[in-house]
Amino acid sequence: MARCGTEAGGHHVHTLTSVNRMRHLVVLGALAFAASCTREGKPEPPREAAAAVLPASNAPRATATVDAEDGQWAMPMKSYSGIRYSQLTEITPANAKNLQPAWTFSTSVMRGHEEPPIIANNTMYVLTPYPNILYALDLTLPGAPKKWQYEPKPQSEAQGVACCDVVNRGPSFADGKIVFNTLDDHVVAVDANTGKEVWKTKVGDINIGETMTMAPLVVKGKVLVGNSGGELGVRGWLKALDLASGKLLWTAYSTGPDSDVKIGSRFKAYYPKDRGKDLGETTWQGEQWKIGGGNVWGWLTYDPQTNLVYYGSANPGPWNPAQRPGDNKWTSTLFARDPDTGEAVWAYQLSPHDLHDYDGVNESVLLDVPWKGQTRKALIHPDRNGYIYLMDRMTGEILSAEPFGFITTSRRVNIANGSLEMVPDKKPEVGKVVRMVCPASPGTKDWQPSSFSPRTGLLYIPHQNLCEDEEGVEANYIAGTPYVGMNVRMYAGPGGHRGELTAWDPIAGRPAWKLTEKFPVWSGTLVTASDVVFYGTMDGWFKAVDARSGTLLWRYKLGSGIIGQPVTYRGPDGKQYVAVMSGVGGWAGAIVAGDLDPQDSTAALGFAAAMKDLPNATQKGGTLYVFALP
Amino acid sequence: MVGASALVLLSLANACDREQRRFRENPPSTSPSNVRVSALQPGTMVDTAHVAGPYDNNAWAVTEGQRLFGWYNCSGCHANGGGGMGPPLMDDKWIYGSSPENIYNTIVQGRPNGMPSFAGKIPTQQIWMLVAYVRSLSALNTTGARSSRQDHMMMYPGSTSLQDPAKPVQSFKPPASEMP
Repeated sequence: MARCGTEAGGHHVHTLTSVNRMRHLVVLGALAFAASCTREGKPEPPREAAAAVLPASNAPRATATVDAEDGQWAMPMKSYSGIRYSQLTEITPANAKNLQPAWTFSTSVMRGHEEPPIIANNTMYVLTPYPNILYALDLTLPGAPKKWQYEPKPQSEAQGVACCDVVNRGPSFADGKIVFNTLDDHVVAVDANTGKEVWKTKVGDINIGETMTMAPLVVKGKVLVGNSGGELGVRGWLKALDLASGKLLWTAYSTGPDSDVKIGSRFKAYYPKDRGKDLGETTWQGEQWKIGGGNVWGWLTYDPQTNLVYYGSANPGPWNPAQRPGDNKWTSTLFARDPDTGEAVWAYQLSPHDLHDYDGVNESVLLDVPWKGQTRKALIHPDRNGYIYLMDRMTGEILSAEPFGFITTSRRVNIANGSLEMVPDKKPEVGKVVRMVCPASPGTKDWQPSSFSPRTGLLYIPHQNLCEDEEGVEANYIAGTPYVGMNVRMYAGPGGHRGELTAWDPIAGRPAWKLTEKFPVWSGTLVTASDVVFYGTMDGWFKAVDARSGTLLWRYKLGSGIIGQPVTYRGPDGKQYVAVMSGVGGWAGAIVAGDLDPQDSTAALGFAAAMKDLPNATQKGGTLYVFALP
Repeated sequence: MVGASALVLLSLANACDREQRRFRENPPSTSPSNVRVSALQPGTMVDTAHVAGPYDNNAWAVTEGQRLFGWYNCSGCHANGGGGMGPPLMDDKWIYGSSPENIYNTIVQGRPNGMPSFAGKIPTQQIWMLVAYVRSLSALNTTGARSSRQDHMMMYPGSTSLQDPAKPVQSFKPPASEMP
């Protein structure tokens, strides 16, 4: 009997019922244990966003270049500056309460719908997540019937290498074509009138874990696209394709020697820490840069005046930092590049040797900012690491970097030398669980894009309030499989709410107002010239709030949680419409879209642990909703 | 009384199987054949012989399976059973079947919606260990061969971990109270 006995008292009987019974005993024991535990030393004080203060009406405010209003929404950001601002004013804070559904459209896809509908020439284009079906809807007829649909038929295996649901962040309309990326690494151009394929170019390989989820940016006849795969050891790149032919024009990698990164004579980093030869190679050990991430799956903005494209690169791989000593350039980095040649003009590494999956891919919205007596051509970048960077977009100089959420992982951004000052206690290690890592890996804000109103001077940031525990584990590189090396479990940050909508004053460096939401705000925002902000929640409420105060004006419950990008347009009948996709998913909604089991707190890279109640709050399924005043 | 003794004997036999570490044996080398992933058959039902998972009840093999589950990056997609890029393995929904031969074939053949084919990449014996571990995640192995103790972060409600003594959920202390 002794020989056959179990090592821990012989009660390892795992029928399902006894597991349930045991759970209570274990939790009770754990409670006693936790109570008797003493803290090791005093933690460093966290950083938090300053208290919200409404700016005075005569205070100087940031502005932005606003294109003439055409009533369309031809690219996901609406304009190159990335402000997602419409000058349509029919819907106002006074009448928004009367909004009602105009028509709806089912996409027949069950996964996360992060994309915006695109409106051009009285046609609405709806692109679905994998299998990336493109629908064209005729806005001139009642109920917007389907004109055609185009199916790129991506390889189904691509679903197995997409890290965080099989999303797509949108198509773009340019020169009579709709251009988009497929999950299996093809860039496609479709005739916007007929739905016929104009060209289709393969730019990546799912067998090494590459996928594509980002929205292309079309600049000067070039289609700029980047890859995903930072959780699979994929080397990041940005590529330019000829809009007319689909031919590859240039590739700029995020890692590797300067020649690969397209760092040459025009390159000038503002901070000494980002200067030196071949840093994309020498800040790694050996050839780790070849599988080091730095993917380009977020937003690109473009300034026609300076002819520069701005974007950020993603996290280094693997997450486990012990396996990649060095700064790991140019991951988690902001780049300014010449779209004609791909040359880098400046770069700033936001999170050197990133420890917590703080990708740098969030939008850089282009603003003009009165700053210490001058007007600076600036960009504003709310980063995953918890800071909002206001930078000179000509040089990469940081004007300010203020926290917009709760931060325990770093002390501050030193704007004198550009360094992010980390808190050593929060560094993840192999075989050790580090607690209260804030923000969690999705950051204070993930991909979900902000909007900016030149009328209020405020940036409307959808984001989350999450912390996590982390434990490093050894990651094996096997091409085409995950390369992460981190056990993670997330939970709500201070206050217990998981989502926030922050109206940020770029000049004061503080919120003007802030709304809290139960779940992460994983949708984009939209702001109009009549001072109405639209956004959606993961439990399915589509909301309109007052851009000046945050006051709720209207809300409507959609069929599934909202993680899409709301848009507004003028219909052929002259009326203003607001449209948004419903269909929960993405990393935050994977627990619903992928039917995950939250008994395992590391499910969905730890995100499922923070979303245990989402399956009770919403169901999956993609539908387009369009609203208008009666 | 006789019945009770028989039960005790039976459970002892099972427990010994659970603890056995088989150093010398011919590893299962043949692949299961004639495996169905559908319960529907046209015409007369033909019974399919089920393959017993050779390690289903063996603690050492299940623990090895757990190690291999991390080693071959299964955990990258399926997390520690809760899923992520891939479906969860600890619930009671099985797209391609929960029998040992179904799981074996899923690993070897791959599946069209993202499961890679590991044919020729993992030795047969190790695949069967993975099968045993995967089945243990939803308690399909009758003797509960999987250890509830982990060397890592505590991931499951019923587990214990030396690394990570459990703490109550939502025990978050407002940081302000910790500030000087």
